[in-house]
Amino acid sequence: MEKFAPVTRSEDGQPVRYLIVDDSVFARKNLARMIETFGGQVAGEAGDGVSAISEYERIKPDIVLMDITMPQMEGIEAAEKIVRDDPSARIVMVSSVGYQENIVAALQRGARHFVQKPVKAEVLYEVIKYVMRDDGTTARGAGAGA
Amino acid sequence: MRMDLIQPFINSADAVLAQGLGSPISIENLSMEEEAYRRKGIAAEVCLKGEIEGRIIFDVDLGAAVQLASRLAGVEVSETDEELVREAVCELANQIIGNAITTLNDEGFHFHVRPPTLHTSEQGSKSSEDTEALVMVFNTASGNIFMNVALRHHCPGALEAAAIAG
Repeated sequence: MEKFAPVTRSEDGQPVRYLIVDDSVFARKNLARMIETFGGQVAGEAGDGVSAISEYERIKPDIVLMDITMPQMEGIEAAEKIVRDDPSARIVMVSSVGYQENIVAALQRGARHFVQKPVKAEVLYEVIKYVMRDDGTTARGAGAGA
Repeated sequence: MRMDLIQPFINSADAVLAQGLGSPISIENLSMEEEAYRRKGIAAEVCLKGEIEGRIIFDVDLGAAVQLASRLAGVEVSETDEELVREAVCELANQIIGNAITTLNDEGFHFHVRPPTLHTSEQGSKSSEDTEALVMVFNTASGNIFMNVALRHHCPGALEAAAIAG
């Protein structure tokens, strides 16, 4: 897999910590591989919205990658609850179901961005850089593919 | 069955499978099926509720499923990694069906979809005249991929009229 210039936290130069939320183990593994190429660290994983909220509280990640269609509690509802408790939470929705109504609902409830599956590493990388911009994080070196 | 409901699934399967396998694919066959569905390999099922109702079964020959799992996982996956292969098929079904649903919703059809579940029974329920299934066979270098789409469209007006009529 392609390597990218590492995205690190500007305040301490440490890797960005991620929480991956997806009911598919396979999708979580795939995102974890991409995060590794961005120089990030997977701080936690969750398979549904309810676990996502408790994992967020526990690990306080820098960024959450959140699926939408999940059992128990869907991603948009979980994102809303997380942002209500922590307005600085950075949540990127990652879903195959990307119709306009869904994207607008996710953004209105506090998500920062949306990435449609199948996820392309270079697209996710740019979105992460964008979401973290002006938020105490920086990408060292050149852009994607560096 | 309305082709405008089917075309997004064909387009989505074509795009997602080509990306997933890293090579072009071709549609080998398209046919209507009224008989009960018989599973061919590893299959995932997604159900839709709302203006469009029905189900889609995404069924992959074992060889193709192993190749897909290897490609998507970025490591060599063998037939014995059953859990990983099943997960790969479910995730691929999720991506193909999710992309098609995105198109249909943006075209004004409103419905809800549940996460894919593994379709383990050898045989599914028989289609009716209402839910006649369209079977698409995608040909890949390592085996066939089948998509069985049985959907029907409810006109919102017809649903309201039926409710009023009691």
